[in-house]
Amino acid sequence: MGYLYPPLREKNRQMLVAQDVAFWTLSVAAIGAALGVVLVRDLFRSALLLAVVFVAVAGFFVLLSAEFLAVVQVLIYVGAISVLFIFAIMLTRNVREGNLPNRLQIPAVSISVLFLVGLIIAAVNTDWRPVPEAATALVEEVQTQSARGAGPGVTVIEESTRDSGLADLLIGSYVLPFEAVSLLLLAALIGGLALARSRES
Amino acid sequence: MSLESMLIVAAVLFAIGLYGALARSNAIAVFMSIEIMFNAVNLTVVAFSRYVAPLALRQDIGSALTGQVFAIFIITVAAAEIALGLGIVFAMYRNTESVVLTEANQLRH
Repeated sequence: MGYLYPPLREKNRQMLVAQDVAFWTLSVAAIGAALGVVLVRDLFRSALLLAVVFVAVAGFFVLLSAEFLAVVQVLIYVGAISVLFIFAIMLTRNVREGNLPNRLQIPAVSISVLFLVGLIIAAVNTDWRPVPEAATALVEEVQTQSARGAGPGVTVIEESTRDSGLADLLIGSYVLPFEAVSLLLLAALIGGLALARSRES
Repeated sequence: MSLESMLIVAAVLFAIGLYGALARSNAIAVFMSIEIMFNAVNLTVVAFSRYVAPLALRQDIGSALTGQVFAIFIITVAAAEIALGLGIVFAMYRNTESVVLTEANQLRH
């Protein structure tokens, strides 16, 4: 980073510190709220804590420069799925006794801890070959700009001929999965109606 | 903040969700745990898209966003799954007045 002017470098360092602070805050919030979801006995409170987990994950998306996904996360998870859960809890009667553990405590704890240890060992020991730090600013700019569809970030890469944002990817390379997902949503809609309809009709 | 720390946070979230899905007896609580697991996987995919995938950036900018497309599909499928799953829970509640999974053994006989 020798080519940066000192004030710019200072600003860059401050931004990295701010990123770290945001990361640790979000981590503590997400993990604490997730523990609350599985441990708190009152189902209604665990649904509210689940919304906290969703918001924290949206914050992670912002940190990873995936702003569009963060908006989608807030709209769908916090807006729709949390409300769906709260409705489900309200409509089924046993809210208070709710979140009882079953008899599989020891196997469940051991399986999850084993899984966690395996995942952490894999995450730490694998050589992921991430992008060098010097290029991350460029990557960030390209990701945010191309997520919006076009713009100055795309012109930074001079070899690229076309600007492919998320929308271009969804309608272009991934158009078949996209259509399949729309079929899936239609099937889920009809299935949900068939499941929830009352017996008499 | 690095790729490893992001992966570890996602792994912790996934393990918490796994524990909840295995150890709870209420069907709605199990669904909430499954949602936590979906979110952890989404976090992993987006982290890879941010830190690893852009190596191919010089050839194709779109490849820098493949992880985000994956995450969008995962969110959609999770939404459909939750809608159907809660429909099944409601049907079960209507028939048996209970959402406790250990009592859901009507298919056994």
